[in-house]
Amino acid sequence: MSQEHNAYGYYPGCSLKATAHAYGDSTERVAEVLGLTLNEVADWNCCGATEYMSLSAIPAYSLIARNLSLAAAQGHQEMISPCSACYLNLRKANDSMAKYPALNEKVNRALGAGGLHYDPNSLHIRHLLDMMVEDVGYETIAEHVTKPLSGLKVACYYGCLIVRPRTDGYNPEYPMHLDRLMQTLGAKVVDFPLKTHCCGGHMTQISEETAFELIRRLLHNAADYGADMIVTVCPMCQLNLDAYQPQVNAMFGTNYEIPILFFTQLMGLAFGIPAREVGMGAEITSAAPALGKIGHEEMEPARPKRRDKKSLPMPQP
Amino acid sequence: MEEVQTRKPFFDRVMASTPGGNTLLGCLQCGTCGGSCPSGPDMDATPRKLFAMARANMEEDVLLSNAPWYCVSCYYCTVRCPQEIPITDLMYTFKRMAIESGHYNAESHADFSQSFCGYIEHYGRSFEFGLATRYHLTHHPLQMVRKTGLGFQMIQKGRLNTAPDRIHDMPQLTAILTEAKRIATEDEL
Repeated sequence: MSQEHNAYGYYPGCSLKATAHAYGDSTERVAEVLGLTLNEVADWNCCGATEYMSLSAIPAYSLIARNLSLAAAQGHQEMISPCSACYLNLRKANDSMAKYPALNEKVNRALGAGGLHYDPNSLHIRHLLDMMVEDVGYETIAEHVTKPLSGLKVACYYGCLIVRPRTDGYNPEYPMHLDRLMQTLGAKVVDFPLKTHCCGGHMTQISEETAFELIRRLLHNAADYGADMIVTVCPMCQLNLDAYQPQVNAMFGTNYEIPILFFTQLMGLAFGIPAREVGMGAEITSAAPALGKIGHEEMEPARPKRRDKKSLPMPQP
Repeated sequence: MEEVQTRKPFFDRVMASTPGGNTLLGCLQCGTCGGSCPSGPDMDATPRKLFAMARANMEEDVLLSNAPWYCVSCYYCTVRCPQEIPITDLMYTFKRMAIESGHYNAESHADFSQSFCGYIEHYGRSFEFGLATRYHLTHHPLQMVRKTGLGFQMIQKGRLNTAPDRIHDMPQLTAILTEAKRIATEDEL
């Protein structure tokens, strides 16, 4: 799908505006260096995550389809999603509407109530990682590497939704494109047999016993293979493995301190972008010791800006 | 709705409510789904067993099972199923039917989904801070101290917004969802 243009519709998703702002910041900076234009779809809404589909199907598909309709109406042919859950939902709505005419008719009837319409397949929905390796390509990425990640051992964690349930070329259980990308940046990629196992998803919120065991397995597996860090492509995976790592340690009597970074953060560091600009320091389990191995200084945590120096940081209307 | 007499059997409704659901007729009962499931050990019945129960129209037993609520949506079962049954989507169907009928297990997490979606319906975006405080205060008040510590760290690192983001055209989204809900009720059966 490499085209002449290098401009894309961009659907950041809710997480990139909050829990995964490091992913959003690093994506923007890396895109800039690579000369890619990411045009944020105006007025996009939440994709419903893994929750809306549990309540009612037609509203769930319609919620997602509003984004597809807006993106197409705004002139995009391709829409890039960095979040694996958004990617899955956007793609699933498009594919299901294309495959099931009755569903398509109902969803479009709902969209019509808001003056919108969507023709299935008028938008090509892609994950950011796929776009990076397919359109930009390993060679071009290698050309931009000024500070290779030599000496850094990374476990490449794909999670679930970027590779399943799609069946269009990438191995659903043992993909390699993130591994190759990390090698391109100069990192040493360790074997990681659990690379597409589940991080627990929303279970960290509703059943810690279930979620923490899944997280423990992943950390244990990465540690077994000597990884300095785990690299991820999904805000949910990052949050679960990073923010809950201390609680997982407490539950199992372990003492893992494995930083969890987004692949775009490592691309940024390898491109020589200052660590702060790619969201370093936002992680709960500090990446500073691991990054010390490749000559990056310890970072102060990135703090949100006070909107007004005098006022207290109260919720804004 | 005087549905009782005209209602189709449970198994037919399950298939009809799931895109591609009629593949369920080809279930071999091989158990690959349950064997691939990361939360299998927490489930009172594996997907394989649930499908056999559904086929026997054991509506109440299926809807009361905790299994769909432990589904983490990882799609391992779906890609491994030799009959290409959309198993993950069927788990969503069971959850929806359970919520609709009010027949759900005490272990279910229906109100987590409902709280999450409530925020989307208000703002058009998810709102983790609101969700975390509301849901955990009602469900795990004793864990709140620990969670609050993490919450502070997240706020400090700019990862948790204490005020929700909103989209501009909420009236449009509301109109779409209202119509979608109306369509959903008119033809679910």
